[in-house]
Amino acid sequence: MGVNVEVEEKAEQKLKGSGADILIQSLKEQGVDIIFGYPGGAVLPIYDALHRNPIRHVLARHEQGAIHAAEGYARVSGKPGVVIATSGPGATNLVTGIADAMLDSLPLVVFTGQVASTVIGTDAFQEADIIGITQPITKHNYQVKNVEDFPRIIKEAFYIASTGRPGPVVVDVPKDISNALFKGHEEQSEVNLPGYQPTTHPNYLQIQKAVQLLSKAEKPLILAGAGVLAAQATEELKEFIERHQIPITNTLLGLGTVEGNHPLFLGMAGMHGTYTANTAICECDVLLNIGARFDDRLTGHLAHFAPNAKVIHVDIDPAEIGKNVPTAIPIVADAKEALKALLEQNFETSEKAEWLNKLTANSEEYPLCYKVDEEKGILPQQAVELIQRLTKGDAIVTTDVGQHQMWTAQYYKFNHPHNWVTSGGLGTMGFGFPAAIGAQLARPNDQVISIVGDAGFQMTLQELSLLQELRLPVKIIILNNQSLGMVRQWQETFYEERYSQSLIHVQPNFVKLAQAYDVPGYKVETLEEAEAVFAEAFASNEPALIDCRVVQMECVYPMVAPGKGLNEMIGVKIE
Amino acid sequence: MKRVITTTVINQSGVLNRVTGLLMKRQFNIESISVGHTEQPGMSKMTFVVNVEDEGKLEQLLKQLQKQIDVIKVNDITDKAMVMRELALIKVVTPPAARNEIYSIVEPFRATVVDMSKNVTTFQVAGDPEKIEAFIDLMRPYGIKELTRTGVSAFVRETQKTHTAQLSIL
Repeated sequence: MGVNVEVEEKAEQKLKGSGADILIQSLKEQGVDIIFGYPGGAVLPIYDALHRNPIRHVLARHEQGAIHAAEGYARVSGKPGVVIATSGPGATNLVTGIADAMLDSLPLVVFTGQVASTVIGTDAFQEADIIGITQPITKHNYQVKNVEDFPRIIKEAFYIASTGRPGPVVVDVPKDISNALFKGHEEQSEVNLPGYQPTTHPNYLQIQKAVQLLSKAEKPLILAGAGVLAAQATEELKEFIERHQIPITNTLLGLGTVEGNHPLFLGMAGMHGTYTANTAICECDVLLNIGARFDDRLTGHLAHFAPNAKVIHVDIDPAEIGKNVPTAIPIVADAKEALKALLEQNFETSEKAEWLNKLTANSEEYPLCYKVDEEKGILPQQAVELIQRLTKGDAIVTTDVGQHQMWTAQYYKFNHPHNWVTSGGLGTMGFGFPAAIGAQLARPNDQVISIVGDAGFQMTLQELSLLQELRLPVKIIILNNQSLGMVRQWQETFYEERYSQSLIHVQPNFVKLAQAYDVPGYKVETLEEAEAVFAEAFASNEPALIDCRVVQMECVYPMVAPGKGLNEMIGVKIE
Repeated sequence: MKRVITTTVINQSGVLNRVTGLLMKRQFNIESISVGHTEQPGMSKMTFVVNVEDEGKLEQLLKQLQKQIDVIKVNDITDKAMVMRELALIKVVTPPAARNEIYSIVEPFRATVVDMSKNVTTFQVAGDPEKIEAFIDLMRPYGIKELTRTGVSAFVRETQKTHTAQLSIL
């Protein structure tokens, strides 16, 4: 009885009012429980509708903070992140985040305000052609021209953002559309997009061809990317590698698809990948890529990439197959469906003891390594290892881009999937901290650690206000080397140590800065201090900012220089 | 290599921009492009001629086009039996003394006169791009005042003689 009344009420309330009301009602229908945004002139009607019909809204202090938070939310929850910003500068401030989500295939639905349709094209106050601006960096974008189309557009936007290869969708809403009274009735029909029909089920013949190759392979290798995570296919992947004893490596974004200490896991591959993973790519005879796009930071020089391997590439986006690496067996499919199909095939594989032994020997001979010099202070690698030890590999970890990101990728061993939040494709400084806020909001009961550099943190530090306001227990650890570490490393290596604009001697007092936002702040300079402070902070329910001073001149190794092949790593062993 | 590609797209504002923007972003060179309505309401057809380096790049182009939400169908019809037409309007300097000579050249091309003044004649010529090129080359010595071309529009013929290889996995 009660249920019926509720349903009736719901049916009656459904899609009534202005365009802005329709938006909020549609968001509820989509199951949106949180919006990241920032109000402004063109979205006033939307914020008014939100006031009437509330959904939790997180008021970032800059639109870029809002969208990175939405990305963090999407990455750890698998649900689309929702962002609202106003027209003009509000919308253009989102551009970095939209491009970031596009390159890292994160589902976002972004609503931007727009000036009234009667003045679009007249250079009106706070007008920017955000449809034109975001066209190349969105999966799709819409401008609402008619309020009756609004419910359909929102439905399509969520569908496009979260299916197939996920990505950002922008919906530009002119102010008069937000104000216009909705007179249509909602179509209950399914989304109908004849030009968008992602293939999720693999072709049976292609699977059989893959099985044939894999069963004969003597040195098979799996490369797993974020596609496995997006498809929620980690269970299937684990079963597959364990059943057939196939070693596995990850792309940067694929970390977490298997546990970091799994015996078949070789570590990350690519520019700063492990010796074992990169040599395995060079030596393997069959390379099964599941959900990775053969990015240049992974492959190095293409001529030297997997020269002995026949490549099987599973990707939900056909355009990624054969784009960079010649592919023997293309399989267009969702990673989960493809792995299920492969598991159903119950095939035998050849003896691989020699191959596995060789990889183990490589790992023992050439582990990730660094040279401790206690005089100099904390090494960033030690700091990451300490975080790993204290959190036991269970934390959600977010980073920006650069040295600290690579050290985290190398030394933090994830026990669980969907806990690694980093800006891979676009390499966005200032991503990590706001993303941590979004991740914490998505998973309030999990420990969230944001490992950032001193420079990147300063790009979005205004979001400390959110920690102050929401008391989110995010722990910010600044690996402070007083420089743009990766820029400095490249200048050291490729520009004869001419440190042009990469050393930052003048910094804010991060402890005081944190305190200004009512966030407990700490500074640590020795490993002992770090251990004590990290442990205390991690155990607390409060946010924390830790200025962790690390050795300035430390470099990330191993390294494949740009333009070189994966076989030309430098710094694989300490002299 | 030069390829002729046709796409069926949903006729929404910005769709042309979407397709050309994509080609620019991925560094493809468009030689010509033409768009117009089709027999289906709400659908438009684009025909473009592009220069691509190799088959890999071509496959990438077709796949990227196919990925666009507003793009329904993509076809590379270069190797098929097809009809390819373009229209050009050409203003040629035609003083009375040279007029007969010029007309004798125009005739085999089945070009028509669409406008005339004392010293200038505007010709309209339709055909495949090679024919138009040839016509322009022959007119050039007389002095071309102005020239405009529509870009190629193309169709696959009903009867295909041989089976052509499929280039894309799509």
